[in-house]
Amino acid sequence: MLIRSSDAGFDHPVPSEITSRALFESRRTLLQQMAAGAAGLTLAGWAARDARAQMKGPGVLPVLSAVPSTVAGAQTMDKPTAYKDATTYNNFYEFGTDKSDPARHAHTLKTQPWTVEVEGLVKKPGRYGLEDLMKWSAMEERIYRLRCVEGWSMVIPWVGYSLAELIRRVEPQPGAKFVEFVTLADRATMPGIRSSVLDWPYVEGLRMDEAMHPLTLLAFGMYGEVLPKQNGAPLRLVVPWKYGFKSAKSLVKIRFVDKQPVSSWEKAAPQEYGFYSNVNPVVDHPRWSQASERRIGEDGLLAKKRKTLMFNGYEPQVGQLYAGMDLKKFF
Amino acid sequence: MSTWLRTRTAWWVLLAIGLLPLLSLVWRTLTDQLGANPAETLIRATGDWTLRGLCLTLAITPLRVQLGWPELLRFRRLLGLLTFGYASLHLLCYTGFDMGFVWADIAHDIPKRPFVLVGALAFALLLPLAATSWNGAIRRMGAKRWQALHRSVYAVAVLAILHFWWMRSGKRNFTEVWVYGLILAGLLGWRVLRRMRHP
Repeated sequence: MLIRSSDAGFDHPVPSEITSRALFESRRTLLQQMAAGAAGLTLAGWAARDARAQMKGPGVLPVLSAVPSTVAGAQTMDKPTAYKDATTYNNFYEFGTDKSDPARHAHTLKTQPWTVEVEGLVKKPGRYGLEDLMKWSAMEERIYRLRCVEGWSMVIPWVGYSLAELIRRVEPQPGAKFVEFVTLADRATMPGIRSSVLDWPYVEGLRMDEAMHPLTLLAFGMYGEVLPKQNGAPLRLVVPWKYGFKSAKSLVKIRFVDKQPVSSWEKAAPQEYGFYSNVNPVVDHPRWSQASERRIGEDGLLAKKRKTLMFNGYEPQVGQLYAGMDLKKFF
Repeated sequence: MSTWLRTRTAWWVLLAIGLLPLLSLVWRTLTDQLGANPAETLIRATGDWTLRGLCLTLAITPLRVQLGWPELLRFRRLLGLLTFGYASLHLLCYTGFDMGFVWADIAHDIPKRPFVLVGALAFALLLPLAATSWNGAIRRMGAKRWQALHRSVYAVAVLAILHFWWMRSGKRNFTEVWVYGLILAGLLGWRVLRRMRHP
């Protein structure tokens, strides 16, 4: 089924292919009815799985209102992942390496008070409070695909604004060529810090033009609510055309530097993880294929994996950033 | 206890217990309680139960000797076949749910993830053991040759641990690998010691 969206950046359906809004909405009702009982006990859950696709959280966390983003590529037509899946199946190594660990252990994270230190080659360095940062630009809702380097993917409605807004405000000096992101490493509240799997704190980095790209999001919420702790509260990076680990969580420091930062994963396994880590179906991870991905919550158990798209489907928006680069070398 | 172990009921009870994990997985599958990535949950659960089955099967002889309960021997075949069953499901879940029975994808996956090959090798070694698990096979092969063949279960145990260790090495999460590894090492070590004492 094709669903018409204002952004036709990647898909160009002919009008006859587009499912009408009424039909689309009735399909969801039908699925809900199926789940409610008509289909009986068996497999009802699977229908519910499809109907559960949602844009709003369960209402436990504070609401974070936003307007739909008009940035090109920020409103994917893919079906959003169920909130429950997005909040119980993810990586956040500070709380353990299993994907069920963050949801179980992140409740200890203290997100108030929270400050972010802006330092390095910047005209307005300083320690900025979360409340101030949240007012620096209007909150937008952006529905992004998220592709994990492990071979699974989700579709998440984030709330936040372009990182570029923050960067413009703190005025980088001309020598600033890269941005380094440092995330919280608190031994007292993060049980995963005891593990030697990575060198803490977790560090990520972007080239200045990548950081300034309008799709690069500073996220404060998801599904219309503030970020759950396990998903990187109270603020995180979301870079939709790169593997998920580039989207650093629970940011405490943003540093403007002249040299390419060394990310935590590069440090841990330089032959496996590069600085760029753009989603790329033709450059495999040394230990597994990146050609396809399992979309979490999609259809049943026998659903085929879907083909992974170049730059996670954001090639029209970000392809020019890498023009002329050998992406096999700069992986 | 040891007299009850001789009854037919005891055998059926063990079979029922052995099938509980399977029933639980079937139930969770039908009711969509397998979490965000059902295929991954099924693959991991069947792999875990294969390892547990392997430990239990290999524990029969040490327990039988140490406790002086010869009756335990009659459960070894059942446990072995249950282990083979979970191993088969594990393989089926990988080829079917993970790879969608696309052989080209599997062929591409194996050199990338050599631990898959180690698992396949362990399964291949289990096949002749399952195929010769009936009484007639022992008679036809002769007890000595049958026993020699079935010693390859030790190789299966080593390969299974290697498979598990390699899989977990990506995240360096070795706690469970150590647990299963130490149990299996203990069970194999007991046999080595016994050999040395009664050559």
